[in-house]
Amino acid sequence: MSIDRRQFLKIAGVSTLLGLGTAAAVNGIRRDDVEASQMEPGPDALKAKRWGFVVDMSKFKTEEDYARVVHACHSIHNVPDYGNPKDEIKWIWKDDFEHTFPGQEDTYMAAEMKEKPFMVFCNHCAQPPCVRVCPTKATFKRTDGIVMMDMHRCIGCRFCMAACPYGSRSFNFRDPRGKDESGRPFIKELNPEFPTRTKGVVEKCTFCYERLAKGLKPACVEASGGGIVFGDLEDPNSEVRQLISKHYTIRRKPELGTQPSIYYIVGGNENA
Amino acid sequence: MYDSGKIIAGLLVFVSIIAFPFVYNIGADIVKPEPKIDTPVIQQMAVKQCVEPKEFMRAEHMQLLNKWRDSAVRDGNRVYVGSRGDHYNISLQNTCMHCHSNKKEFCDSCHNYMAVKPYCWDCHIAPKENSL
Ligand code: HEC
Ligand code: HEC
Ligand code: HEC
Repeated sequence: MSIDRRQFLKIAGVSTLLGLGTAAAVNGIRRDDVEASQMEPGPDALKAKRWGFVVDMSKFKTEEDYARVVHACHSIHNVPDYGNPKDEIKWIWKDDFEHTFPGQEDTYMAAEMKEKPFMVFCNHCAQPPCVRVCPTKATFKRTDGIVMMDMHRCIGCRFCMAACPYGSRSFNFRDPRGKDESGRPFIKELNPEFPTRTKGVVEKCTFCYERLAKGLKPACVEASGGGIVFGDLEDPNSEVRQLISKHYTIRRKPELGTQPSIYYIVGGNENA
Repeated sequence: MYDSGKIIAGLLVFVSIIAFPFVYNIGADIVKPEPKIDTPVIQQMAVKQCVEPKEFMRAEHMQLLNKWRDSAVRDGNRVYVGSRGDHYNISLQNTCMHCHSNKKEFCDSCHNYMAVKPYCWDCHIAPKENSL
């Protein structure tokens, strides 16, 4: 028996319908009870279109001012101190002007700014190169602008570290829960409310997204005594936007087109 | 019949190897795990219930935990509304383990029996053992 074109189309059509129908029916039957419940942001969660920081370097005067901010961040996030610069894990750290803003040195800049160490951390770029290269989407951009790190997906390939022009990412070459030769634990005091990481994953500043979710300020902002201000860059009335419009600010390596979300106030008075 | 001796010997070896695990375990006391819920926090509860019904938790807690972590880390939603309508802060360390603070007698008792080793505790901090 041979079939003509018309018969063939009829059979093809009917079998497609049957196929689609069965798939839908099976999907409908499969039970997935968790779907019935929901997840929502907490009632106090702070929200923004694009989170950003303004760092006012004039508020960082003594060694203590830097140390306090670094400690606030590193202690609550269980950031290990491996005791040597090669393995160092940094969420927030200080660096000199030359390395923070290469190419922006200016002969007439206030000398105190030139010599001062700067507070640096993840820029939460609008065009983050780390996100583009991550093969597992372990690092990704949230809708509120935070460049997040999902430790559960990190396979430790370190592409993101190669891609980040700011050195904002650190790799755990050693077990953060371990101890050094003299028996000193790398994490001095464990914060029992936050996980550690393991050997073989990359970590960095996460804008304290877990604190924002509870309505708290990022830890560095809280400890900085006004030196670090955070807010919504898309909101013209936010404190960060007010500061940016009143002061002379610079960003790190803007020529790379990554659009950093951290602005630095470098000297100059109001309306400078 | 040719070579019947060799065949029978071969069969005997085969059967004894196959049967070895069963014979080996005869008499070994394999007790069904009995996860304990007598922690200080659960003792204080008027109605002792989990975030979802017990049968669901028993069968699906790993899926639930997966959803929790994606929700908290990726979507930024940190409150879970259970099927009974009550709200929970999404956290393995601070919610699950706050109630189930006896990890060894609870989570581990089942997991050891089933030979599953969740790697979560490489990072998430297990509670200080806590049971009455
Ligand atoms: C508010 C306290 C509380 C929280 C929070 C909680 N549980 Fe429970 N859980 C209980 C109680 C009480 C039971 C016993 C329920 C029963 O017997 O009906 C239980 C039962 C269970 C069971 C079933 C045990 C069995 O014997 O079959 C599992 C599995 C479980 N919980 C896992 C979890 C996980 C995973 C989480 C976090 C997602 C969690 N629980 C959060 C209180 C809690
Ligand atoms: C009633 C017994 C029981 C209890 C109690 C229980 N689990 Fe489990 N859990 C299991 C079983 C069985 C599996 C393995 C399921 C499988 O392999 O499909 C499992 C798997 C898991 C997994 C996935 C592991 C993997 O490698 O994929 C996680 C995570 C987990 N359990 C967390 C917990 C936590 C946390 C607790 C305590 C709060 C807990 N479980 C308590 C029985 C239990
Ligand atoms: C490489 C380290 C690492 C491993 C391994 C790991 N986690 Fe996490 N997990 C984290 C970090 C870091 C966070 C972020 C904590 C926060 O935001 O409060 C997190 C957050 C979570 C959260 C949501 C927030 C919270 O406080 O609990 C859940 C749920 C979770 N993990 C479940 C798991 C489960 C289940 C496993 C094991 C199958 C696991 N994790 C393994 C590092 C890890």
